[in-house]
Amino acid sequence: MGNRFDSVQAVRDGLKKVNYLADDGIASVAFLADRLGKPVLVEGPAGTGKTQLAKSIADLTGARLIRLQCYEGLDESKALYEWNYKKQLLRIQADKKSDTWSEVHDDIFSEEFLLTRPLLEAIRADDPVVLLIDEVDRVEVETEALLLEILSEYQVSIPELGTITARQIPLVFLTSNNTRELSEALKRRCLYLHVDYPDMDREKEIVLTKVDGITEHLADQIARIVRSIRQLDLKKAPSVSETLDWARTLMLLGIEHIDAEQAKETLHILLKYQTDIAKAAKELSSDK
Amino acid sequence: MLDLMSGFVAELRNAGLPVSLTENLDAMEAIKQIPLEDREAFKWALGATLVKNGAHWRAFETVFEVYFSLRGPEYALKDDEDAGDFWREMQEQLRQGEGKGGAGAMDSLTQEELMNLLMRALMDGDQAMMRALAKQAVQRFAGMEPGRPVGGTYYLYRTLRNLDLDNMMGKIEQAKSDDGQPPITDLERRLENDEMQHRIEQFKQEIEAEIRRRLVADRGAEAMAKTLRKPLPEDVEFMHASRDEMQSLKKALYPLTRKLAARLARKRRHGRKGPLDFRNTVRHSLNYGGVPAEPKFKYPRPAKPELMVVADISGSVAAFARFTLMLVYAIQGQFSKVRSFVFIDGLDEVTEYFKATEDITEAIHRVNTEADVVWVDGHSDYGHAFEVFWERYGKDVGPKTTVLLLGDARNNYHAAQSWVVREMKHRARHVYWLNPEPRSYWNTGDSIVGEYGSHTDGVYECRNLRQLEAFVEKLA
Repeated sequence: MGNRFDSVQAVRDGLKKVNYLADDGIASVAFLADRLGKPVLVEGPAGTGKTQLAKSIADLTGARLIRLQCYEGLDESKALYEWNYKKQLLRIQADKKSDTWSEVHDDIFSEEFLLTRPLLEAIRADDPVVLLIDEVDRVEVETEALLLEILSEYQVSIPELGTITARQIPLVFLTSNNTRELSEALKRRCLYLHVDYPDMDREKEIVLTKVDGITEHLADQIARIVRSIRQLDLKKAPSVSETLDWARTLMLLGIEHIDAEQAKETLHILLKYQTDIAKAAKELSSDK
Repeated sequence: MLDLMSGFVAELRNAGLPVSLTENLDAMEAIKQIPLEDREAFKWALGATLVKNGAHWRAFETVFEVYFSLRGPEYALKDDEDAGDFWREMQEQLRQGEGKGGAGAMDSLTQEELMNLLMRALMDGDQAMMRALAKQAVQRFAGMEPGRPVGGTYYLYRTLRNLDLDNMMGKIEQAKSDDGQPPITDLERRLENDEMQHRIEQFKQEIEAEIRRRLVADRGAEAMAKTLRKPLPEDVEFMHASRDEMQSLKKALYPLTRKLAARLARKRRHGRKGPLDFRNTVRHSLNYGGVPAEPKFKYPRPAKPELMVVADISGSVAAFARFTLMLVYAIQGQFSKVRSFVFIDGLDEVTEYFKATEDITEAIHRVNTEADVVWVDGHSDYGHAFEVFWERYGKDVGPKTTVLLLGDARNNYHAAQSWVVREMKHRARHVYWLNPEPRSYWNTGDSIVGEYGSHTDGVYECRNLRQLEAFVEKLA
């Protein structure tokens, strides 16, 4: 199997082309994930582009994105595969007389009656795919075990059919908002990437690429103000996506230069808690 | 390389990071894929394979810096070359700025000139210049001697004292207005200030890195890594935390409470099965022709405990009380009711402060400034405080209540009045005592935790976040 990327720099440039500004860490880990054939566990605060990373990589490599959204109560029939028992039932009733038992038995446990779910689909795909397992911290610890086989061996064992091995090793991204500690077994099988809020320069770049027609001056101001706000002791610091929303709002309002008044009036786009807004407004208006 | 790597991994383990054998092998595999001269990529390759927890990243960086960033001839060579360029540049700037010719290398600058250079560099955000200046500052002010058994902090302190960075902000502002820049709005000034502070912080880090680099050259990586070893945030002791550690503790607390709350809520729902739900079972039996083949159970709804926190907030244990209160209030959804009391030698209820505002930090601030906790002299008097508690609020302690007593039980040889705790135990569901002191200090000197403890359901050592978290999970 050929490598998808030539070098770390290639990953970075490629991601930039699909409008995702990666830093050194993101590019290096994505590069390694391809070379080592290992899944990547992406952790970090909400709204820092974890899911977007997987989408952009898929975009970049021209692969199909298969997404498994995790939630509490997710089980193998939703994640891996399920037998289509209604169809099996029909098959049995359709020709009751002609078939012998063993024939029916072999028949109803064939691939025709198998409903593939995202994980199995990613394994069986012929075309290049990127598998995104989103918010993996939402499933219970026991369900995590479902993922282990697929993450380390890239195979799925179905008792009636045998083991299905991947035709090609897909790139796998797992994202986590860190609401609970993931199990050691899962972490051990993954490369770990912590995505944090970008530094000021990168955030400015992000605003410039993602918001059409924004002036350099405004983007610079936005990035600076957001950085100042993040330094405050807040319940929820503004995320990158909220920064972008804010930038778009300012564009819509036709503001070219932010002053304290305008900043205060639009703060509710950046911050979602009343106490946070009050605190930030106070900070922005007072000159210390 | 192999030796270096195994030393590196061993040091990571010493610093408290769990690195398994397979992860170690992965790291080896990963660095094979990376061109060695790319330092950043190399660092990330190690980080991605060895560090699996965001909170451990800082510790990893420190160890990495000591082991890899600071050695290797290519590093020194490149640096010196660059530095040469900076010096030439610097001299030019000096000539332009102050009309002085032939200042020679940096060593011959006076302190004042050095400070001016630094100010310019900070104002322009000239990183290369800042790095060169940091080098110079360390060489000049730190007074480092080979083989001297002093920690890096000592040198850092000496350098910073001479540089007087605290006044730098004022000077920069002064210089700006001297330059005749147009007056700017408050918002802009504030942003400008933040930017400057950020740069000064960067400069400090440069100095720190420079000192470390020199120390490693002097003592070797292994010894250095040992002196730099810092506890992970969850292992920092409340009673001896420095200001920086307090900050990182505070940061660590919030995600921790979120995790804890999620875990408790989950436990509540899944823990055990409730009693048989008759109606639901009958309804489902219709699917099976009236045979109750699939029994249905009610959701368990265990009663949430009512919590009363009684905390000593005198000097030594204040930090511990603060963190416990923050933690308890952050997950107050897990309790049916939380009331809190603070005392030194007098006692006051502070529940209202937490109710009035969503912002826990502000509430804590109000507790520290407004609560009426001093009775006579402001030295801990557990006996009197408990008496007052029993007199005023004793009637509110009922069979659903869990009482948490926080403190080191150093009673300054006052009367213990431990009968109050005994009475509490009688009436309340549980009484627990949390002590931030190491177990070996208990019952030494004026500590009478044993006397109180014998009347409680348990005394727990809570020296760091990890222990506190474990206790709270057990409680709810």
